[in-house]
Amino acid sequence: MAIVLDKSHRWRVVAAHVGLITFIALTMFPFLMILAISIRPGNFATAGSLADLIPREISLEHWKLALGIPYQAADGRLVKPEYPVLLWLWNSIKIAAISGVIGLLLSTTCAYAFARMRFRFKTQLINSLLLIQMFPTVLALVAIYAIFDRLGSYVPWLGIDTHGGLILAYTGGIALHIWTIKGYYDTIPVEIEEAAKVDGATPFQAFRYVLLPMAVPILMVVFLLAFIQGINEYPIASVLLKQQEQLTIAVGIKMFLYDQKYFWGDFAAAAILSGLPISVVFLLAQRWMTSGLTAGGVKG
Amino acid sequence: MVRTLEHWLLRLVAGLLLLAGLFLTFKIYIAGQPLVALACLGILAAGTFVYTSGKAYAYRYLFPGVLTVLVFVVFPLAYTFSIGFTNYSSRNLLEYDRARQYFLDETYVVDGESYAFTLHADGPAFRVRLESEHGDIFVTDPLALQNAVPLTVKVKRQEAADAPLSEPADTKTLIANLKALKLLSVTLPSGQIVSASGLREFAPVRKLYLAQPDGSLKNEQDGSLIKPNMATGFFETSTGEALQPGFKVGVGWSNFTRIFTDKAFSEPFVRIFGWTVVFAGLTVLFAFSVGIVLAVLMSWEALRFRKVYSVLLFLPYAVPGFISILVFKGLFSENAGEINLILQGLFGIKPHWFTDPFLAKVMLLIVNTWLGFPYMMLLSMGLIKAIPSDLYEASAIAGAGPLTNFFKITLPLIAKPITPLLISAFAFNFNNFVLIALLTNGRPDFLDTKVPAGTTDLLVSYTYRIAFQDSGQNFGLAAAISTVVFLMVAVLSIINLRLTKVNQVEVR
Repeated sequence: MAIVLDKSHRWRVVAAHVGLITFIALTMFPFLMILAISIRPGNFATAGSLADLIPREISLEHWKLALGIPYQAADGRLVKPEYPVLLWLWNSIKIAAISGVIGLLLSTTCAYAFARMRFRFKTQLINSLLLIQMFPTVLALVAIYAIFDRLGSYVPWLGIDTHGGLILAYTGGIALHIWTIKGYYDTIPVEIEEAAKVDGATPFQAFRYVLLPMAVPILMVVFLLAFIQGINEYPIASVLLKQQEQLTIAVGIKMFLYDQKYFWGDFAAAAILSGLPISVVFLLAQRWMTSGLTAGGVKG
Repeated sequence: MVRTLEHWLLRLVAGLLLLAGLFLTFKIYIAGQPLVALACLGILAAGTFVYTSGKAYAYRYLFPGVLTVLVFVVFPLAYTFSIGFTNYSSRNLLEYDRARQYFLDETYVVDGESYAFTLHADGPAFRVRLESEHGDIFVTDPLALQNAVPLTVKVKRQEAADAPLSEPADTKTLIANLKALKLLSVTLPSGQIVSASGLREFAPVRKLYLAQPDGSLKNEQDGSLIKPNMATGFFETSTGEALQPGFKVGVGWSNFTRIFTDKAFSEPFVRIFGWTVVFAGLTVLFAFSVGIVLAVLMSWEALRFRKVYSVLLFLPYAVPGFISILVFKGLFSENAGEINLILQGLFGIKPHWFTDPFLAKVMLLIVNTWLGFPYMMLLSMGLIKAIPSDLYEASAIAGAGPLTNFFKITLPLIAKPITPLLISAFAFNFNNFVLIALLTNGRPDFLDTKVPAGTTDLLVSYTYRIAFQDSGQNFGLAAAISTVVFLMVAVLSIINLRLTKVNQVEVR
């Protein structure tokens, strides 16, 4: 843009920088604070003044507890981890990964039918799938509880307080994944598959050996998004899981902050331990999502 | 065509799946759920048709996905609606048959010889040893005693040749297994039935209730009759006294009329509805305001380091919600929180973020704006990119400042495409259960309502409370409120679809 710049322009730029830096400092405050708290000894601000904001001495006690290692307190006591953070994290990863894979399998095949085949009720079906997705699962919690309570009496490993049941409950939310994958399939020229069919491939072979290998990037992205969705899910897990060793991290970590048992420092370490990898995966997925979609987006 | 190994393996797996499905169906049918079994059979039949008929080829790819959506998303919603029309709650938990069976299993002690009883561990199981006043000794086979279900077992007289029993179990073990022991009926060789009448004693018992042909139950001890009341879901005595446990019955619209007409429920409902709307509206307003200002700044080419800024501004969105919400819970904590520490140090104040209703609401809005602005920023940035730059050039020639640009060009041009997205955001926050559940849990509670209800509760968290937390566990009422919320969300979605369609038409 070739615009004449007046004097006020320069100080506007400066003001914008100052404003942004202040705002970012404010939004970053919780992150910095939680980092400081995780390496501060003890679970409470001891001096009760502003001096507590920056830790004067660094202690790894909270990190040790978060990693499940007992440590010796100043008075010689052996402090044992209160909650199995790593187990919760593992539960979360296991549940999210399995339900992500199942969801991915279901949605790739559905998306293939929607993108490449003609059949009755096609538009109605995909529209209603999207419409259903708009309703929050929180509204059906009572029914979900009742269903898995009942299911558990026939198939014990799918009942209340089992990981199998939770995985099953998560696999239903695939409409958005179908939509995303279908969008990607639509950008891949259909001619390649047609060529394969001329050579005698069945529709399934064309899907499995021609289309699927080309769609790997989007499948990765969708899996990661489903994975994160599974880890972050709170309502259903809070209803279905009961025992401490069965919990996912999303349900378990709040136990650090009960009024009667308040472990602020231990929470901080556990929060960073579980939050950091998830955030990194999310940022990567976001980046691949944009680059992956544009890479496939060469329309003729 | 060559049949590969893979092909046959697939057939085998499909066959096994079908068999497993049939077995499950059979099991459900045996358990006395003919309707559920019928539904399972229908699904299996549909599956078999889809995978064997050439006509339904496309549905082979759709069947598993659509089925899971139907079973785990659509069915729970439909089931929620139907629960809304029942009295399903912790007091009316059982089906009618189960409740009836519960009464039929009740026993009372009759006169007769009683038996001293001891429990003996036998591996992981237990044997019950009964000794009569005359010194006759009877022993049961090993019993698991793991499930508290009514059980009738026979005993045999202990012979001298039998392997000796282990030491009697201590009282602690006894108490741990008491629930299962209470439901145990022991048939003696003489045909007499004895049951636990205390911690150390088995005594002859008789069934308390006898089924009558008209469906009522006769109390054998005092001769009175109890009758099932299909309107309230309880067995009632002749004076109308309801007996526990109750059973599940349809109650028509009564849950819905209670929400809207019974003062005890309608008052908190209206208040909570009001706050839900205010909360969702203000959240969208604040998050969007912050987001669009940042988006405009991020699209300003004269500004350096925009890339770094936008990554940092995006961070709150990348951190899992359950962690950042809890971080705020700790930071806002009234006594130990760092925010109050700073406020105390700088201004000498210590606001009651969690006990003062107004401040709790302010806190929720602060936290939710923090959580929501990056998304709004991202959306706005995308839309601002689409605005042709010659508009700004023209306005610069006319001498317009940045504020004029913002209000006369950017905002009006963004308004239309972003409205559906804002409505979705409104609908999302209308049901933002996680934020409330993790930050305030609805507290502080109203002091003047009969039903526990929180000043910061949203309709969904209120529902959750009714269903899972406060005593009563009134699933029926909770489901009815869920249904009402569902209808509201449905209306929002319809408006949204209309707006999106209008936009699409205009683009063409």
